[in-house]
Amino acid sequence: MSVHASSISSTPDFEIEPGFRIEPLGETMLLLRFGERIDPEINARVHATADTLRRVELPGLVDVIPAYASLALHYDAAFWAGRDGSLPWQHLAGALRAVFATPPRGDTGDGRMIEIPVCYGGRHGVDLDAVAAHAGLDVDAVIACHTAADYRVAMLGFAPGFAYLLGLDPTLHTPRRADPRLRVPPGSIAIGGAQTGVYPSELPGGWQLLGRTPLRLFDAGRESPCLLAPGDRVRFRAIGANEFEAMAEAAR
Amino acid sequence: MSVAVLKPGLLTTLQDRGRSGYAALGVGHAGPMDDVSPRLANALVGNTGDAAVLEITLLGPRLRFDVDAVIALTGADFDARVGDETVASWRATRVHAGEELDCGRARRGVRAYLAIAGGFRAATVLDSVATDVNARLGPFDGRALCAADVLTMVAKRRNASPGQAAARSHGLNERRQTWSLDPRPWFDADPAKPIRLIRGRHFDALDRTSQAALFGAQFRIAADSNRVGYRLDGAGLALAAPLEIVSEPLAFGTVQLPPGGQPIVLMSEHPVTGGYPRIGQVAAIDLPRLAQRRPGDPLRFIEIGLDEAQTRYLHREHELARLLDAIAVRLA
Repeated sequence: MSVHASSISSTPDFEIEPGFRIEPLGETMLLLRFGERIDPEINARVHATADTLRRVELPGLVDVIPAYASLALHYDAAFWAGRDGSLPWQHLAGALRAVFATPPRGDTGDGRMIEIPVCYGGRHGVDLDAVAAHAGLDVDAVIACHTAADYRVAMLGFAPGFAYLLGLDPTLHTPRRADPRLRVPPGSIAIGGAQTGVYPSELPGGWQLLGRTPLRLFDAGRESPCLLAPGDRVRFRAIGANEFEAMAEAAR
Repeated sequence: MSVAVLKPGLLTTLQDRGRSGYAALGVGHAGPMDDVSPRLANALVGNTGDAAVLEITLLGPRLRFDVDAVIALTGADFDARVGDETVASWRATRVHAGEELDCGRARRGVRAYLAIAGGFRAATVLDSVATDVNARLGPFDGRALCAADVLTMVAKRRNASPGQAAARSHGLNERRQTWSLDPRPWFDADPAKPIRLIRGRHFDALDRTSQAALFGAQFRIAADSNRVGYRLDGAGLALAAPLEIVSEPLAFGTVQLPPGGQPIVLMSEHPVTGGYPRIGQVAAIDLPRLAQRRPGDPLRFIEIGLDEAQTRYLHREHELARLLDAIAVRLA
């Protein structure tokens, strides 16, 4: 649990905490910083902290926003106004210190396993050849590599249901496109540098498109709007174009 | 119990206080750009602060009422009319069944808020009726109103809603309330006044010239600014050295610096996370003022510390709560 110490520069207005540092982000948010890198262990501690916050039901919170290496609390400043003259952010920081007197431990072992069927290449993954060329592999080896790995949902952001995944094999790291697309089709599985993710809806984007899933990643009308939640484990399974069409038809 | 949209205006959306509790799924808060004016509009018609209102942008809609209603407009100053009668802002007004409200154009400011006694009714999406145009989430599939849309009002109960009862019993004559609010503390679209800005986490990573420019130079709100963010033209800013940043949570008012060097102030529909350096944070007390600035308006920042900004924010919320209570007492 010593991953967070060295890479963080100290600035006057934050405080050193066991496991995280607290940075006010405006008048109604506090950001808890666990590190500065994309790192599975740091990310696991972010989610452990979010779980604890949900469990203890800290009052006066509007929202909890977990990211790769940080977590923001959106809070009600009037609720956290201190009777003793302390400011709301100081008051809430004190409460957090009490809740997390024992630093949150990240457990990378559990989490739901979600399988995502992907039709690789062709019109569903127009950049598969470019990714293969960059990796110096043939297309089948790229698909084998991409489906062999265990991924984990690090965070959702950018757009409702957009999942950023940890676990991409370094041989598949591919720079973003110099010329971002205005429309990336929903369900696209893409690589942007060292990151990989799934586009939940039609969005602009500069990532390299490997393939597409027929599953609906986000539907605000569903009981669980998002197929993927932070901390979930993910595996990709290659499917053919016919299976893609059949599943897409069934999902409509 | 409905209001027909005859002309939609430039960008008219249903908004409540915003969508909370789903940020972990990447769902943003949305809600009104100016968070103060809609609360006052609701108070004037006897609604609670979370009732749905219309956010009206620069060019207002034309609406036909099929039932008597009490409305109030706050925020930007629009030349609204019912027939040939002027509808003053910051004051409750009665509209009769069959009449048309033409919200006109903004004379000062950008965004006005139209509240109706009882509130507009819409199916909630993820517990909110806030329209997130960029994410296409909310009533009307997350889009702005179109001609021929029909808005429904919350049905009049057997005991009329507080606003309607109040409208009948307290000084609301045939057309308008006899008293109105002073908009001055709550609405300010003056582009010459600086906007207060807290240093962001990566302010120190700006080069010296850029640090000085952020708090000294005059920017201009770019034409492509919208509910997601305001892009600022003018002084290009630069980092002293490249920064590797992983995506982090963002807030309404966060000032990001993309590689091109033109800062972006994130507004109501901002994404929940982002990976550009965060060089500043607009003070919450000045966000309603920024929301009333137009594309092309000049913009200067002046520095404020977090502690002072939060103290002033609490004070504003306290004063606003007192005023809302006073209005409720007056309508009771």
